[in-house]
Amino acid sequence: MAELQKIKNEVEELKKEYFCRSRQAEENRQRENQAATRIQSWVRACKVHAYLSHLHKKAIIIQKIWRGFTARARFRQMVKAAYFIMKMNFYEEMAVRIQRRWRGFFVRKYVHNFYARKSYLKGLSRKNELVRMELDELQELQKRERDCLERVKEQTAKVYQAHRLHHLLSTEQCPGVFNSPFRPAPHEMELLLRQVKYQAPTRLSRGVRACPAGMPAPTAPSFHGTLPPPWIETTGTYCSSRPILPPIAIKKQQVLFREPGEVWEQRVHCPDLTLRLRTSYTHLEEAQNQLRQRDSKGIPTGTLGTGSMLHHLSQSRNSSTQPANSKSFR
Amino acid sequence: MSKKQIVRVFDEYHKSRMQFVQTVADLATEPRNIQVLQNAGVMSMLRALLLDVNPSIQQTAALTLGRLADHSDDLATVVVEENILPSLVQSLALQNRFYKKAAAFVLRAVAKHSPELSQAVVACGGVDALVSCLDDFDPGVKEAAAWALGSIAQHNASLCQSVVDAGAVPLLVLCLLEPEMALKRITASTLSEICKHTPELAQTVVDNGAISHLAQMIFNPDAKLKRQVFSALCQVSKHSEGLAEIVIEANIFPAALACLQDPDKYVKKNVVTLMREIVKHSLALSEMIVACGAIGVVIDYLGHCQGSLRLPGIMLLGYVAAHSENLAMAVILSKGVHQLALCLAEEHESHIKAAIAWSIGQIGHHTPEHAKAVATCDLLTKLLELYVDASSSEDLQAKSKKALKTILQKCTYLLGLEPLLYDVPTTILKHVVGQISKVTQLVLPHDSQARRLFVTSGGLKRLQEIEAEPGSPLQEHIDTINNSYPEEIVRYYSPNYSQVLLEQLEHYEPA
Repeated sequence: MAELQKIKNEVEELKKEYFCRSRQAEENRQRENQAATRIQSWVRACKVHAYLSHLHKKAIIIQKIWRGFTARARFRQMVKAAYFIMKMNFYEEMAVRIQRRWRGFFVRKYVHNFYARKSYLKGLSRKNELVRMELDELQELQKRERDCLERVKEQTAKVYQAHRLHHLLSTEQCPGVFNSPFRPAPHEMELLLRQVKYQAPTRLSRGVRACPAGMPAPTAPSFHGTLPPPWIETTGTYCSSRPILPPIAIKKQQVLFREPGEVWEQRVHCPDLTLRLRTSYTHLEEAQNQLRQRDSKGIPTGTLGTGSMLHHLSQSRNSSTQPANSKSFR
Repeated sequence: MSKKQIVRVFDEYHKSRMQFVQTVADLATEPRNIQVLQNAGVMSMLRALLLDVNPSIQQTAALTLGRLADHSDDLATVVVEENILPSLVQSLALQNRFYKKAAAFVLRAVAKHSPELSQAVVACGGVDALVSCLDDFDPGVKEAAAWALGSIAQHNASLCQSVVDAGAVPLLVLCLLEPEMALKRITASTLSEICKHTPELAQTVVDNGAISHLAQMIFNPDAKLKRQVFSALCQVSKHSEGLAEIVIEANIFPAALACLQDPDKYVKKNVVTLMREIVKHSLALSEMIVACGAIGVVIDYLGHCQGSLRLPGIMLLGYVAAHSENLAMAVILSKGVHQLALCLAEEHESHIKAAIAWSIGQIGHHTPEHAKAVATCDLLTKLLELYVDASSSEDLQAKSKKALKTILQKCTYLLGLEPLLYDVPTTILKHVVGQISKVTQLVLPHDSQARRLFVTSGGLKRLQEIEAEPGSPLQEHIDTINNSYPEEIVRYYSPNYSQVLLEQLEHYEPA
């Protein structure tokens, strides 16, 4: 019985202990549960962490390899580019050298050619000298021409004077004004007077009278000695370059028409053939008289003589159209 | 009264009218009579006589009117106001050649005074009548008509346009070919008046083939004709390069150079003016003219003539030199600069001196060679004098200053620059010193001879004497120059060196 009691007590104690333990366990359950969760979570974390780090490591390896690969590729590219650039620089530098030389050559030869410029300037000064010389010669020539013309004018004036003063010619009895006995030789005016042949005054306008018929040829040779022959040509061309037109002739009505029969007769019948001239002795004087009369009647007096200005105009026109003057020295 | 007596009355009246009009015509040739005549009311009498029955009275009346109008422009205004012009113009078409000449003379005398009077002549149809006169056979009529057209056209472009619109130009060109010298002269002068206003008018004249005829007339010995011909060619070529080229193509050069020896001074002047107008357009034209050897001849011409006749020659040299430095060198080699210096010394007119200053500037501004050539003729000092002179006009001062500045910028010839350091206003001085400093930096390190010359000729000394504010560009230039010489030399030439030495003496204690 004691044992039963002991066992019952033990059961009681067991129950109490069981109760205590379970109460303790109950109390510790929470804590232990939490601890267990913690441990478990920690372990899970470790596992995951290990997995992740494993993944990381592998990823790193992959990235490392990949990056190395791309970097090397880029590097190779960079090397190629640098090489290319170096080559281009070199080429460019060489090209610059070539261009520099070429441009220097080209500019010196074609654009700013020193020797061309020098020869141009030398040629220019020579040309200047040449032109100056030629112009001087030309001026000489022109001056001579002008002098000649002056002298011709003077001589004409003198001859005209001589013609007006023809009466002062010296005679056998009485020496003239220009032929003083105290002079060693006669004055040139005297010589001119001797040469001039007097012509009776005709009723021409003033400008014409200065061309007497017996115009002395000796006056023309007086120029020949002083000047070279080419002058004659030049004045000749100078005079002839101005064409002198004939005067506007007033048409005279043709009077005295002959009968047609007479004209036909004249044509058909030959004149009498004799060896003797059929002219009279006084033929020459008669012809001269006729000529004189025709001349005096030829140019009408005062063509349009109305008003003084117009008179002057007609005067000037008449004098300008007289061809005889300039031809008297040929 | 018998018939004879009645007729005699009319004859006497006719004779007295004739006598009156002839006497008045003779009186009108004397200027002092004209005022008296005007006071006596001659204008209205002449207007009545213009419509007279007898043609010779009409002609003499017209001639008298012309002489009166020629004398002064109030009389010409009176002629216009009295409405004489319309009747004149109408009868121009009908009457004989003497009347036409006298009427054209009246129109010319009226038109020549002022543009308003010319406008009055144009307004009453004078231009058409004159152009129909140009068609006449008589050369005197043509001459009078051409002269009248010329005096209308000379005033301004619109009057000229009305002359050209009436178809005057082809007829004028035909008149050029006539043998009479006076007609040729007048036609050439009329063409010159027409061409001078605008390029279009000049082009019209050229289109009618005037240039070739004018070019042939260069060889004519008559001096007055040559004057007008060259003046006409000059007016044509002054407008544009195209027209100048047309003139050149007529082959007048080098033949025109022969005319530079003509004894008539206006012929020479007009030739040189023609060359100047051609040259100023372009480089190619100037090269062509220079290649004919014109420069030497022009420089001789400048030597022979005086006064305002020189002006076109001077401007020619300036234009030629302005185009390129080759041509400027050509001018220098032909002794152009020397001649310009002579002209500058001889001339007193302000505008001629201004032209000379401008030309010198054009010649000298290209390269140091040119500047040296200018400086050796002592022209820089002359330009300076012109600039400084108070009596020079503003234009002259401006031109000489500009010329001086442009030449200075290229001048490396120190001996030439040196006289400019004395008596110079500060504006120029800083340019001069600046240029000297530039030269000293760039040129002198290589040229010891020049350095020595600069020092011995007193330039360095003068530089030290210049007082400049410290820090101003002038002082900087002076410092730059001083730096390129050894210090002892600079100190030696400084102004108070002897004082400084003597002061040193005071502080000196013999050891």
